[in-house]
Amino acid sequence: MQLRLLKDKILAKLMLVLTLASVSVILVIGIGLYYKSVPILHRLSWGELITSSVWKPLKGLFGFYPFIMGTLWVTGIAIIIALPLSLLTALYITEYASVNIKRLLAPFVNLLSGIPPVIFGVWGVLFIIPLIQNHIAPHFVEFSTGYSVLAGGIVLAVMIFPLIVSIISEVLRTIPQELKDASLSLGATQWETIKKVVLRKALPGIVAATVLAVSRAFGETIAVLMVCGNNAAVPHSVFDPGYPLPALIANNYGEMLSIPLYDSALMFAALLLFIIILLFNIISRVILTRLERKLAS
Amino acid sequence: MTQTPHISVQHLNVHIGNQHILKDITINIPDKKVISIIGPSGCGKTTLLKSFNRLLDNTPEVKITGKVLVDNEDIYDANAEVTHIRKKMGLLSQRPFPLPMSIYDNVAYGPRIHGIRKKSELDQLVEEQLKATGLWNEVKDRLNASATRLSIGQQQRLCLARGLAVGPEIILGDESTSALDPVSTSIIEDLFISLKEKYTIVLVTHILRQARRVSDYIIFVYMGKIIEFGPTEELLLNPKEELTKEYVKGYIS
Repeated sequence: MQLRLLKDKILAKLMLVLTLASVSVILVIGIGLYYKSVPILHRLSWGELITSSVWKPLKGLFGFYPFIMGTLWVTGIAIIIALPLSLLTALYITEYASVNIKRLLAPFVNLLSGIPPVIFGVWGVLFIIPLIQNHIAPHFVEFSTGYSVLAGGIVLAVMIFPLIVSIISEVLRTIPQELKDASLSLGATQWETIKKVVLRKALPGIVAATVLAVSRAFGETIAVLMVCGNNAAVPHSVFDPGYPLPALIANNYGEMLSIPLYDSALMFAALLLFIIILLFNIISRVILTRLERKLAS
Repeated sequence: MTQTPHISVQHLNVHIGNQHILKDITINIPDKKVISIIGPSGCGKTTLLKSFNRLLDNTPEVKITGKVLVDNEDIYDANAEVTHIRKKMGLLSQRPFPLPMSIYDNVAYGPRIHGIRKKSELDQLVEEQLKATGLWNEVKDRLNASATRLSIGQQQRLCLARGLAVGPEIILGDESTSALDPVSTSIIEDLFISLKEKYTIVLVTHILRQARRVSDYIIFVYMGKIIEFGPTEELLLNPKEELTKEYVKGYIS
């Protein structure tokens, strides 16, 4: 008897320690990145680093503004494309599709998430780039190589699509049939029921799914750097090339480290990415809590 | 039962997957009466109730044959419009399921869907139905509060008001008091009795005393078949069928 209780206590403590250990990794990474960025932070202030657009490492000029904007553009485009598509797909799979179609579709969606990023990159280069260059861009701008934040956004959208679909589907499945029946039995159509009852009830879950997808999109590297053009300038339209932070780090880390402060600058890029994701998560957590409170009141 | 039936079920068979849930059901439900469907768990009484407003449609692998006539209109006819049929019937489920919105919006939900936009008209409807279910005095100062803040008993009455707001002819109750405390239960039961002046009420219940208190007629269902149908006192006190006798005495459950 005593032994059983003891076991229970020890296990609970053990789990606490393990949980703290894994959570503290975030702290360790943050501190590590900051420590490595100290050299460049001694030379230039935070304000200069973040707002300057000039990127000339050989002259000691490190402006991160283009990279921050590149990251935001690509991620923004990706979520704008992916969210409506994923939401409608999830709604179709959970609310409309027959059992047979469901059985057929679900594996395909999951398969998408299993494809390695580099294959998406190749697909982007071979298919999306020419599509933008020859068929989309000519309608809007005079010239585009196709390598653009739009290409990055499209490839990224396809990559985060299965993640959003699976989370939203999971959320939709938790909504009780009786609640939908209540709306249907009043003579509402299925779409009215979805719009006014299901989506309303699922809203916090949909926001949470979006947050996860955006966090993942911020950090996606290889597929994006293959199609983005990687030009250190602030994009002004979706057809301009961009240079997201992860691509900057992946392209340059380990090379040209003889340039003074270059190593530290790349670490600062990582720190920036880390902070962007952290800030984004904190802000969305606040929004989510407010939303849940508003729905409950 | 000389009057014309409100719901007329003819040779209704329901299969879900490989299971034969309802077997050749034929019954006439009289107008403006309270009818209780009783029977042991899993006998098909809820399925029978849900077949009246086509809520079975969304069940996977369901197969329905036969006819259900409501006001002489076959609701399973290929041309029948399902929203129109459902609007005729208010459903009160086992547990209250208020919609995720305010008390006011819950009641106004149905009327809004069916095209009522004017604020004054909606206000009047909401007040009327909340009064009809005895909820008005309890909630009139907090109509914009979330419906989930109400007690379970109040929520169930709100769900009833929500159903009445679309102007149905029939109220379907699926063990509507099973989650409620005795006080809320008797409020709902009294509501059913007073509402039969205007509505036909069909209740599924497993509480014989409740069936006796509120209903005019009782349908006894066993293993997917209707065993006996008759006026309440007659069926409970003097059942004709052996199975009914055993169930009423409590031998089978």
